[in-house]
Amino acid sequence: MAWFRRSKENISGSQKKDLPEGLWAKCDECGEIIHKPALEQNLWVCQKCGYHFRISSKTYIAILTDDGSFKEMDKKLTSKDPLGFVDTKPYKDRIKESIRKTELQDAIRTGVGMMNKRSVVIACMDFSFIGGSMGSVVGEKIARAVDKAIRLKAPLIIISASGGARMMEAAYSLMQMAKTSAKLAQLSRKGLPYISLMTDPTTGGVTASFAMLGDVNIAEPGALIGFAGPRVIKQTIGKDLPEGFQKAEFVQEKGFVDIVVPRKELKGTISSLLGMMCA
Amino acid sequence: MSKMILEFEKPIVELEKKIDEMRTLSDTLDIGQEIQHLEKKVIQLRENVYAELTRWQRVQLARHPERPYTLDYIGMMTNDFIELHGDRAFGDDKSIVGGFATLGDEPVMLIGHQKGRDTKSNVYRNFGMPQPEGYRKALRLMKLAVKFNRPIVTLLDTPGAFPGIGAEERGQAEAIARNLFEMSHLPVPIVVVVIGEGASGGALGIGVGDKILMMEYTWYSVIAPESCSSILWKSWEYKEQAAEALKLTPTDLLEQKIIDGIIPEPPGGAHRNPEAAAQSLKEAILAELAGLKKLKADKLVEKRIQKFCAMGAWNE
Ligand SMILES: [Zn+2]
Repeated sequence: MAWFRRSKENISGSQKKDLPEGLWAKCDECGEIIHKPALEQNLWVCQKCGYHFRISSKTYIAILTDDGSFKEMDKKLTSKDPLGFVDTKPYKDRIKESIRKTELQDAIRTGVGMMNKRSVVIACMDFSFIGGSMGSVVGEKIARAVDKAIRLKAPLIIISASGGARMMEAAYSLMQMAKTSAKLAQLSRKGLPYISLMTDPTTGGVTASFAMLGDVNIAEPGALIGFAGPRVIKQTIGKDLPEGFQKAEFVQEKGFVDIVVPRKELKGTISSLLGMMCA
Repeated sequence: MSKMILEFEKPIVELEKKIDEMRTLSDTLDIGQEIQHLEKKVIQLRENVYAELTRWQRVQLARHPERPYTLDYIGMMTNDFIELHGDRAFGDDKSIVGGFATLGDEPVMLIGHQKGRDTKSNVYRNFGMPQPEGYRKALRLMKLAVKFNRPIVTLLDTPGAFPGIGAEERGQAEAIARNLFEMSHLPVPIVVVVIGEGASGGALGIGVGDKILMMEYTWYSVIAPESCSSILWKSWEYKEQAAEALKLTPTDLLEQKIIDGIIPEPPGGAHRNPEAAAQSLKEAILAELAGLKKLKADKLVEKRIQKFCAMGAWNE
């Protein structure tokens, strides 16, 4: 990347859009323009500042599981729009549009895979699907992932990336918090490990249910983790928020995250933990 | 007579005032028949108005500042409540109260959100918005109930968990999550009643149980209509539409199979006759407890988990 950094000063805002589409990415944190293949090689972490780009469930699963070992479950579950919800546009249309744009069915992908030759059940959220919001589909897929883990006597790993509950499913989405937590309590009673990995961002009803309930809570560096969003808090108290507030490192400092682990070390760290936690 | 009158309550209250005035005159004039006629009229008027209430108007009723709150209900339903304070870790959150009391013949653990009624008490109660220590106190008391094999009754009435720096630092999300996790498996009957506002995770944080009931003029949803409006419509002006879209009334939630029953309130709402509302609440809780006590603990827990697992709607 050194050749590029030297010439960076020459790239003004107006020239940026002349960059070949799809080949370059700009770091949200430090502004570095990075060659995408190099970024991908580095697991979508900025080599200059360590910023962790938001990545898809597909990418997380590729990073965490052994090549070709992942088998997705419950692929066909889609939201039903049980309330016929309409705000500025119908929820039905939002779902259709999101499915088309993201090529996902909802905000979570679940399945079974091998992690350094250990069988694990993985559930991974996609922030790109309606802000990773939790509705009935997310709740049900997590519930089934727990059942699968119990059947296989395998550990469960949930990777969260969410703005919270999905408003368009109203009370149904609220109840997914209780549903997923109850299922995790079942898993816990079977003595099976649950690793929660919180990525940027993990907020609202997802944090206040399954994301905070890991036997081990892991967070990616710099991830925003909280119950209320920073804007709401600022609005409520009318004061500026402290430096680093609700960042992974801050949440670890306050005692709610066990370890902050850089993306490159995730697979190794989780594997080691599982090795020490179960046979 | 109410000090605070909602817009749609006005014609009813005015008519009632007129009847009261006439009553004071009735010693001197023979207007008994006229009064009777007006009394019938006020009943009819109220029925008409209340049958037509929009969801937003129901939200307003749920927030009526003269509605009975948890401690009011506890005071009217029991006479031996002993409040227990603190989470044994950080402090005592005044927006969640709890303690033992005898309900009918039944010693129970009563826990509920607590709002204030004027500025001073609202500040003291943090407007009924709990912080982590509130949820942790609630869980401590629930475990105390389990230890002595007593049923748990929780009363929900909160505009939401408090969004503040301290609340986040002390793990608001973890406190709520922990309660959901633990409450799913507590081996004693749990009856949950929404008595006012059931706003989001802040309400659900003490709301996992075997029977979920709502009083007639309450709401329960993932978000308050105003906040929903501000996020989805990007303006605070669409609260009426948001309330409609969220389908947040007791009838809605019964239809969605999220709650098990609706507790009728006295004409005009609980604030017009708190004693009658408390009686109605007490009877409903005792009836549910009588049924739940017949179940063995493991069956109770199994059914509770099944109940929450059945909530949701998807295509497959
Ligand atoms: Zn960077």
